[in-house]
Amino acid sequence: MTEDTKDLYAGSVSRRKRRGFFADLAYRFIKEKPLGTVGAIIVILLLVVGISADLLAPFGYNETFVGGKLEGMSTDHWMGTDNVGRDLMSRIIFGARVSMFVGLGTSALGTAISTIIGLISGFLGGKFDLIIQRFVDAWVCFPGLFVMLTFVAIIGGGVAQIIIILGVQGGIGGSRLARSAVIAVKSNLYVEAAKAIGAPTWSILLKHILPNIMAPLIIMFTMGLGGAILAEASISFLGYGIPPPTPSWGGMLSGGARRYMIQAPWMAIFPGLALSIVVYGANMFGDALRDLLDPRLRGGLGRYSGNLLRKPKT
Amino acid sequence: MRSYIMRRFGLIIPTLILVTIITFLMVRFVPGSILDLMIGDMPPEEGLTYEEMKAELEARLGLDVPVYTQYARWVGILPQKDGGFHGMLQGDLGESLWTRRPIVDEILSRIPISLELGIIALTTAMLVAFPIGIYSAIRQDTIGDYISRSFAIMCIAVPGFWIGTLVFVLPSIWWNWTPPVEYIPIGKDFGKNIVQFIIPGIIMGTQMAGSTMRMTRTMMLEVLRQDYIKTAWAKGLKERAVIVRHALKNAMIPVITIVGGQVPVLIGGSAIMEQIFVLPGIGQYMVNAIGQRDYAIISGINLMMASVLLILILLVDLSYAWLDPRIRYR
Repeated sequence: MTEDTKDLYAGSVSRRKRRGFFADLAYRFIKEKPLGTVGAIIVILLLVVGISADLLAPFGYNETFVGGKLEGMSTDHWMGTDNVGRDLMSRIIFGARVSMFVGLGTSALGTAISTIIGLISGFLGGKFDLIIQRFVDAWVCFPGLFVMLTFVAIIGGGVAQIIIILGVQGGIGGSRLARSAVIAVKSNLYVEAAKAIGAPTWSILLKHILPNIMAPLIIMFTMGLGGAILAEASISFLGYGIPPPTPSWGGMLSGGARRYMIQAPWMAIFPGLALSIVVYGANMFGDALRDLLDPRLRGGLGRYSGNLLRKPKT
Repeated sequence: MRSYIMRRFGLIIPTLILVTIITFLMVRFVPGSILDLMIGDMPPEEGLTYEEMKAELEARLGLDVPVYTQYARWVGILPQKDGGFHGMLQGDLGESLWTRRPIVDEILSRIPISLELGIIALTTAMLVAFPIGIYSAIRQDTIGDYISRSFAIMCIAVPGFWIGTLVFVLPSIWWNWTPPVEYIPIGKDFGKNIVQFIIPGIIMGTQMAGSTMRMTRTMMLEVLRQDYIKTAWAKGLKERAVIVRHALKNAMIPVITIVGGQVPVLIGGSAIMEQIFVLPGIGQYMVNAIGQRDYAIISGINLMMASVLLILILLVDLSYAWLDPRIRYR
């Protein structure tokens, strides 16, 4: 394409297209997805609180107040104190950090594993693909929570361990999605062209396939966030996740704390509320992003409400 | 159809073998922890060093032979130490490392509890999810649709264990009432049993309803875009007829797959609910086994669950192919 035709082309498309991919996405996101934007704000808030927990929390997460056990909500302790006399709000703020690490870490690791398996299995195909897929089939037969618990029983709890366990678990399951995206892309002409000029496989994978499956990968990443946070909370709730005293929202609802909840209902309400809001936000965000990035699911001409035979919507 | 069934059955066998290998290997990477734990728990015997105790324990648990022999014994293709075959193929999953009770018996006695919970959850999920999902699709982008979708995401986001906890806390404060925690078998007192199961069942069901609702909506939307729906409208059919007779039938086929796919989530959810509501089901057995690091039980449950799910997935796929002839000929 020469310089002139490039200008011609640029002039012919709408102004909107001149923005970069991400800027355009952000613009459309805010304009078209109000609920998704709320979700995005919640996710950003989680990140801010998680990163600056030390600055935001009024007290340390394991700082006990002698004689201040099971205190109700007050100006000193906005969310009250727990059965050991620790400030609940501080613990929830530090809990955000755990959720943030687990959410981002798991999603990143899971997406990476899915991508690697999907790229190799989908692109190479043949016997190799068949074997890998049988393994994946077998893997997804195991109920997620049980596999996670099994691995926690083996390698122990802790933030890093949980990220590895959840990431591997989600990554193997998610590889099916990545694989089907790869298969959809690999029959394109540009891949044939790259093969024809003798490009090595790894270069085709990285330069041609990977950029073109970015949309499903981004979707996988965001959709995984809420699930990962929830999974960690469930495991911690059962008592095998993040070991105390590190505060995890799931862990705060379990164990010895349960005996005091009738006396101090705030101990039961706030951690669960924080968890619900964050997972809700993450899911809303992921959902809206998927709608925008996956044209197949986007409402279009065939939209029911715009049905040609019913009163047309303008 | 027959060749399709044969092909699917052919594929299930290698998967099943892989399932056993994964199950077996999953717990074999264990560092000595269980042995240490058990030795710490055993009464100290006179004149035995730690190493001797460990060796004796290893022999007693059958851990003193190479891994492949252990696997073959566990599957039931090599004889156990006493010369008999008691493996998976003989319907024997071994016994608990701690209590020495046969795992199969324990699982069988717990199945009705988990099953009852699962059935209540599944029924709730479908009763909630289908009407709302369909409504949400045929009124896409209206206020009703937004509310339904938010509700669906809320079902997924609000953790069941939190609701389960609140069910214990709030009614107790407000009305001085707590859910019963002593397990009553269904044969003993039907009414009390149902009361006990209905709360955890509904909580699990609502959680499941979230994703089912979303899938129902997506499938409905997809079908509503098809040409035959346009034809139906063009014929001048009433909305009711278009939706029920033309759209719903076609949209329900993939939804079956989704409901089937939800079962692993259901199993996980039941473990948590059984824990909270003190129901002696399979999930509770698993969680306790994890706490005691009873790897024999863990493997046994994992294997059983995976096999059940594998067969379920097969059945779902077969019903899918039976309902939608387009699948078979691919």
